[in-house]
Amino acid sequence: MSIGKRLARIGLPRLIINLTVFVVVALWVMPTLGIFVSSFRDKDQLTVSGWWTAFSSSERNEAGRLGGLDLMKQEGPIYVISGNVLEGRGGAVNAFGTKAVAPRAYKAGTEADLGDGIKLSINSDGAYRYTSTAPFTDDNTGRRVYLAVATPPVFTMVNYKNVLTGEGIGQSFVNSLTVAIPATVIPILVAAFAAYALSWMSFKGRTLLLAAVVGLIVVPLQMSLIPLLRLYNDVGTFLGVPSKTYAGIWLAHTAFGLPLAIYLLRNYIVGLPKEIIESARVDGAGDFEIFTKIVLPLSFPALASFAIFQFLWVWNDLLVAMVFLGTEKDKLVLTGALNALLGSRGGNWEILSASAFVSILVPLLVFFSLQRYLVRGLLAGSVKGG
Amino acid sequence: MASISLRKLNKTYGALTVVHDIDLEIADKEFIILVGPSGCGKSTTLRMIAGLEEVSGGDLVIGDEVVNDVPSKDRDIAMVFQNYALYPHMTVYKNMAFGLMLRKAPRDEIDRKVMEAAKILDIEHLLNRKPKALSGGQRQRVALGRAMVRNPEVFLLDEPLSNLDAKLRGTMRAEIAKLHKRLGATFIYVTHDQVEAMTMADRIVVMKDGHIQQVDTPQNLYDRPVNMFVAGFIGAPQMNMLPVTILRDGQGFVARFEGQNLPMPGNLDQSRIAAYEGREAVLGIRPENFHEVAPDDIPAEALAQMSAVVELTEPMGSEVHLGLTWAGRPITAKVSPRCKAAEGETLNLLVDMSAAHLFDPKSELSLFSDAPQPRGIAA
Repeated sequence: MSIGKRLARIGLPRLIINLTVFVVVALWVMPTLGIFVSSFRDKDQLTVSGWWTAFSSSERNEAGRLGGLDLMKQEGPIYVISGNVLEGRGGAVNAFGTKAVAPRAYKAGTEADLGDGIKLSINSDGAYRYTSTAPFTDDNTGRRVYLAVATPPVFTMVNYKNVLTGEGIGQSFVNSLTVAIPATVIPILVAAFAAYALSWMSFKGRTLLLAAVVGLIVVPLQMSLIPLLRLYNDVGTFLGVPSKTYAGIWLAHTAFGLPLAIYLLRNYIVGLPKEIIESARVDGAGDFEIFTKIVLPLSFPALASFAIFQFLWVWNDLLVAMVFLGTEKDKLVLTGALNALLGSRGGNWEILSASAFVSILVPLLVFFSLQRYLVRGLLAGSVKGG
Repeated sequence: MASISLRKLNKTYGALTVVHDIDLEIADKEFIILVGPSGCGKSTTLRMIAGLEEVSGGDLVIGDEVVNDVPSKDRDIAMVFQNYALYPHMTVYKNMAFGLMLRKAPRDEIDRKVMEAAKILDIEHLLNRKPKALSGGQRQRVALGRAMVRNPEVFLLDEPLSNLDAKLRGTMRAEIAKLHKRLGATFIYVTHDQVEAMTMADRIVVMKDGHIQQVDTPQNLYDRPVNMFVAGFIGAPQMNMLPVTILRDGQGFVARFEGQNLPMPGNLDQSRIAAYEGREAVLGIRPENFHEVAPDDIPAEALAQMSAVVELTEPMGSEVHLGLTWAGRPITAKVSPRCKAAEGETLNLLVDMSAAHLFDPKSELSLFSDAPQPRGIAA
């Protein structure tokens, strides 16, 4: 079957969909891949070539010096200076020249006729042979040559070592985890309880309460930052404790995440089959047992999908952390540390790329370990059975 | 003791009343079936007994305790739901053990009871499976098993067989009946399927629009329906209802239908018929009371001749259902497959009037019944 026929069988709409998906995936994966590769590259190579050349050798021009008169030997009628221009450095000489304007005038391995009976050949391993029919009269420092040196790709963990130990990223990584884990777990727990009550316990004003919770979703975070911080300061002053603490930011993230969490989980939990819950009730379970033994296990997809949302949001958050936690070293979160690095070490790409990759490592892990629940959880409430 | 009394039981949702003043005495170890069309309040009644719906009015008594406000977990009942309602995240064993675990029963006792129930229901090999790996019939057994292990005084079953295919339903019907005898518990069973009701019940409660129409044994319900609703609901195909006028004919009476006199034989209560002399009534004749040849056990004077046009034949294998037009009225007759009636043909049949029913056209009550008129029936 010809390719045209095959494509025709797939059909244009599906072809467009597949193509679009491919483009979107490529667009999203490329930068990540770039950061990932760059973060392992040698910092000198990183500055001269792009990450996509990382797996081939990179070529650059260098200046070198031949040996001085002290190395001159006489071999019959000719005078020879020989040695190695690379002097033990790695790499391979691709071309060489004797003038700065034409550093790659001759290919490596060929013999260059420099006039006056002087000839120079440099092999790709750097070994050179400089000959003359008359004794060399140059000064003692040796002749300058220009080399096109190809260096093999160098991959190193040094960037990570520097970043994690030297630049404070390691500490802020721990700080970020300290913020993100409780700020994910607390709202989920609270929201699950609330969602159960809002869907399976009948009490007066339930609908109104739910409407209020849903209404809170639209409150913009930025609007509540300052009043909340003032409240924190007042409470801090009143109790004689600092206002910028981990407990404070956990509470802040919990508060900002709860409305959406309750709404999402409630939509899922209300869709659980009524008979299962009634059956448990007849079996002798109270509300708390129904919640812990039946509703929680069955809501795992919804819990996981919200956990991803909340964790990623908290992990990537800079604003709330700056306001409620501050920028002291033992409290600076990863996003804050990256932001600071960008200012102070903006030119050091190897530092930036390694730090950036450290910061996306955890979200990637979280996402891949829970992603099968994400899809199911997002469908929560829309399709019976989720 | 697990007798159950429903005393003037009511269920209202706002202005809507779905169960009206239900009075019912259920004896210990009885198999009671609530039957009726959709929305008749039978499931709501069951759910009130289960404690899943609040009682809006009246008293619900289990044993000799009023349990209106007793939570369902303290009522010593077990319930089997229509869609089984198994816990999808637990194995069959855990599903069955759940109730006992909640009651903190000792582990070996749980084990023994679950194994015992599994053995009775023949699901021992499924104990480690999750519900989604079971077929419909197996799930139903697990649901029954889950109810059994708790050894409750009262079993409540809410249309437990309606999600099964016809063949399996027949098997499970027999098994539930067997289970009832074996367990010696009170069974209250809700269904809309009159075959289930007729085959399993000690007594059937026929409900309509939140009112009890009649409570009686299956055979009595069939033989002596108290009103047109019960007469039409029990028995398939439905009883034929014909408008007639009661006329005196010498010593006895006849029902005059479209110019034809149908005898009212002596086994029908003549004094009650006499009260309707000259008045209109509704004559009810079951499809099986039409005969091609006179049966030996029915006196000739009880048989009335009729001729009707065959509109439709439905061979059922063991019998044939005929859709007929008798004097402009559509009726259904059940005859033997030997009857080779062809559609469009005029057929002569004999009607067994000794099995006839008579109803008041206004109150819809049977003339032969003493039952008080149930409320909610259009008067």
